[in-house]
Amino acid sequence: MQLLLTRRRILWAAAGAGLASFVPTAGATEDTMAEAIRDLIGEAPVTPGKVKLELPSIVENGNTVPLTVSVESPMTEADHVESIHLFNQKNPQPYVAAFHLGPRAGKASVATRIRLADSQRVVAIARLADGTFWSGSADVIVTLAACTEQ
Amino acid sequence: MARVLINFPQRAKRGEIIEIKTLIQHPMETGYRLDSKGAVIPRDIISRFTCAYNGDEVFRAELFPAISANPFIAFSTLATESGELVFSWIDDNGQIQSEIRQITVE
Amino acid sequence: MRALLAAGFALAAVTAAFAEIAPEARRSGDDFVSPEIRAMQNDETANPGMLWVLQGETLWARKAGAAARSCQDCHGDAMASMKGVAARYPAFDAVLARPLDLEQRINRCRTEHQRAEPLAWESEDLLALTAFIARQSRGLPIAVATGPELRPFLDLGKELFRQREGQLNLSCSQCHDDNWGKRLAGSVIPQGHPTGYPIYRLEWQSLGSLQRRLRGCMTGVRAQPFDYGAPQAVALELYLVERARGMPMDAPAVRP
Repeated sequence: MQLLLTRRRILWAAAGAGLASFVPTAGATEDTMAEAIRDLIGEAPVTPGKVKLELPSIVENGNTVPLTVSVESPMTEADHVESIHLFNQKNPQPYVAAFHLGPRAGKASVATRIRLADSQRVVAIARLADGTFWSGSADVIVTLAACTEQ
Repeated sequence: MARVLINFPQRAKRGEIIEIKTLIQHPMETGYRLDSKGAVIPRDIISRFTCAYNGDEVFRAELFPAISANPFIAFSTLATESGELVFSWIDDNGQIQSEIRQITVE
Repeated sequence: MRALLAAGFALAAVTAAFAEIAPEARRSGDDFVSPEIRAMQNDETANPGMLWVLQGETLWARKAGAAARSCQDCHGDAMASMKGVAARYPAFDAVLARPLDLEQRINRCRTEHQRAEPLAWESEDLLALTAFIARQSRGLPIAVATGPELRPFLDLGKELFRQREGQLNLSCSQCHDDNWGKRLAGSVIPQGHPTGYPIYRLEWQSLGSLQRRLRGCMTGVRAQPFDYGAPQAVALELYLVERARGMPMDAPAVRP
């Protein structure tokens, strides 16, 4: 299982972390996520807001974490969400998914289920029709199921 | 052919926003797992999902290994006219699975 | 960490040995999972286990074996003929003079009536058929028969549930009778009622049988797990189902 390498770390982290917010440790993966986001937005600014990322604050298993991302937008021809991009901090890759919408979506809301290898932050960036970028984020604590098969 | 579950209202009013839920059976092998001998199990994921409404693409998703096995994707679209919704899942090897469903819009 | 756990449980065992859960205090595993997992389970269009139920529906109508018969050829419409069936398994097979669980019963049908090869344990097809049949008992109370012919197997199951095993020297009862509701490694310990089997377990990222889960628990206490289909495995299943008598079935459940 892909969780094997960080199993012990997660166990102790979950035991001690509680539900207090945590500061993301600066390291290779934090930079990787920042880099991936920069690939998307270039030099353009990102404004926190409009994007709501719904994730449970603590999950029993990181294999299947339900996620809903929605963006406040009238979704008209002139003013709509073109795409929503999901990033994570601590998985082997910073990318999670990219959703391409448009005025025919009716509303900018997508739900899916993601894998989280460790307790971490998930970031969602929306690109609007006017070329601006907006962001939202959520922190998730990932615990482990008891009695696994390993 | 992987098992698929697609759910949306089969009848809708013109201009109504309908919610579409899709679920497909697929391991979404990340490419990071090791088998019992320590060899890497090769990556095998669905990397793209599209929905076309009477030929026009109304939704597209690019998926990465961080999407869970048996991927669930729920999105919405405006019920514009009666016709066909075509859902396509494309994997890393370019293999496509498509499902067609009818919608009646009054 | 493990030593602490074992010591903790040893203490619990001294103070509350073999405290069976009172019938009115029994709660389904649904009560011990997060609201998100409950929501996933209760939405038929979003429950991953339904993918196997769908597959089972297809297999039900497919002809198999030298007899070229499908389940449907003998049993007709599953919604009618299979209603309540899963709720009374494991059931006594008079010919073999022992209880069979649902998976074994399906394979008996395959070998005896379809004259086909039995399906392997945890194979996609066997899981699909089991899930499809179990789904037809949804909402119905568990009603396994317990005549005198089943008494020795029930007694064996109860004994297995209560005996300490493995390097961690823990019994099923210590967690699931005495410490349900408390936490073990981040998860809440359920009471261990098999009302939702076969389950979609997030840890497996797949559907799986009760026997697979029991093997997982036994590995968890570092005991040698029972082989699939072993008499002890079926006896334990029988005891667990009888312990859950009257509770509504809810397959396929989603569990962490």
